Amino acid sequence: MSEIDDKTQAVSEKAVSSTQGQGREDGGSGGVIILFFIVGLVASLVVGWVLFPKLLYSQKKQPIDFNHTLHNTLVGNGCESCHSFREDGSYSGVPKLAQCIECHEEVQSSNPEEIRFVEQYVKKGIEVPWLVYARQPDCVFFSHAAHVKAAKMDCATCHGPIGESESMKPYQQNRITGYSRDIWGENIGGFKKNTWDRMKMDDCSECHQKKKVVVGSVQTQKEGCFVCHK
Amino acid sequence: MKQEHGGVVTQKYGMVVDLDLCTGCGSCMVACMAENNVPFREDETDKLKSITWMRVYKLTNGKHYPETDICYLPRPCQHCEGSHGHSPCVSVCPATATDYDNQTGIVSQIYTRCFGCRYCMGACPYHARYFNWYDPIWPEGMERYLNPNVSPRMRGVVEKCSFCFHRYQAAKDKAHLDGQKEIDEDAYQTACTQACPAGAITFGDLDNPNHAVHELKKQPDTFRLLEKLGTNTKVYYVSSREWVRRAGDNYLKTEGLKKAVL
Repeated sequence: MSEIDDKTQAVSEKAVSSTQGQGREDGGSGGVIILFFIVGLVASLVVGWVLFPKLLYSQKKQPIDFNHTLHNTLVGNGCESCHSFREDGSYSGVPKLAQCIECHEEVQSSNPEEIRFVEQYVKKGIEVPWLVYARQPDCVFFSHAAHVKAAKMDCATCHGPIGESESMKPYQQNRITGYSRDIWGENIGGFKKNTWDRMKMDDCSECHQKKKVVVGSVQTQKEGCFVCHK
Repeated sequence: MKQEHGGVVTQKYGMVVDLDLCTGCGSCMVACMAENNVPFREDETDKLKSITWMRVYKLTNGKHYPETDICYLPRPCQHCEGSHGHSPCVSVCPATATDYDNQTGIVSQIYTRCFGCRYCMGACPYHARYFNWYDPIWPEGMERYLNPNVSPRMRGVVEKCSFCFHRYQAAKDKAHLDGQKEIDEDAYQTACTQACPAGAITFGDLDNPNHAVHELKKQPDTFRLLEKLGTNTKVYYVSSREWVRRAGDNYLKTEGLKKAVL
């Protein structure tokens, strides 16, 4: 091997080793960038999925911790014992105090919630300011008669197994719109597993389109807007 | 004759207004505003900004005394059917905020869907549509008198007469509870119909032979407003005076009256 050859080999070895070295440095900074990206992504996901919903909804406690299961075992006619239709076809929704007084004129048990209810509301004759989880926006007309009487639907299809609950969950109110969280649903992404997980217009129309109740709308070839709006 | 859409019995709600009976008292306007939470402002002098779902117009025959004659004409939304439900406003709405329902024959207006382009107001030949230039403000305490069955409107949307549709919904509720398929004539009446002291307004299902309007609209002196436009309205007017009937459309002086197409 000549001297020149030796030199060239040495130079090329150097070049190779230097490029390898550079390559290692590049890999290190790229990793940092990817790490930063992942940390940022996770942070923004946490903000979006965990912190944002907490910020968006305020939590309120119901005035009295009502036990549906207990009442269900004592009444004879299921949900309709207390949540009834009025003669004109409208739905009474949450019972008024007068209906509660039919049984609760005096304290019947040693349950502290019942004692509090009788003392704070029954004795003073003040209506309980219940927070209604399923309260719909102003522009919505919902007919309980059409669903429960005509279509023979179960309460649980929309309201879930609330009749089996032993205590009232906190009422979560959207700070921007003022609506209950039950309308949008627990899942902030809008995914649902059960029919009662959400109460948005899409959820109504999902069922209505399947049943093809009446196709009257000229614009949409679906149901008329005034069926559910007022 | 009853029409069917997809096997379901449909209605075609409409009105017959006897202009010979109307005294122009304005009870229908008042009843309508109270029933439908129609907003008003402290200063209502600018009538271009006033909202009147039901409005009584005064017509004159333009003659001097002693031949002078006047007629009052109450004008709700005419709920045009057009051809196959393509009424002027429904055809132009880019937001699907207004719609013609083949089940009831009522032109609906969904306030939360309207974004206030006012295209429908331009398309409506009857000036039946109104724009909310301001948010409604009721005098203190008056908000307690609002009708809970009618949603109040916000600034920036168009509103109009709905033939008191919330009363149809309530009547439907009662029918469901009683197990009835159809609702009776007197179960669903508009506020203006009930308020009219002269009984000039009759409301009901135009297709149902058991409803009074079915026969009333066939009277020889019946006409509809701007019939030549083909709007195919569901509000019929009756007057024994020919000049009133002529005033219902843009007739040439030499042109003869056209009979309402039923």
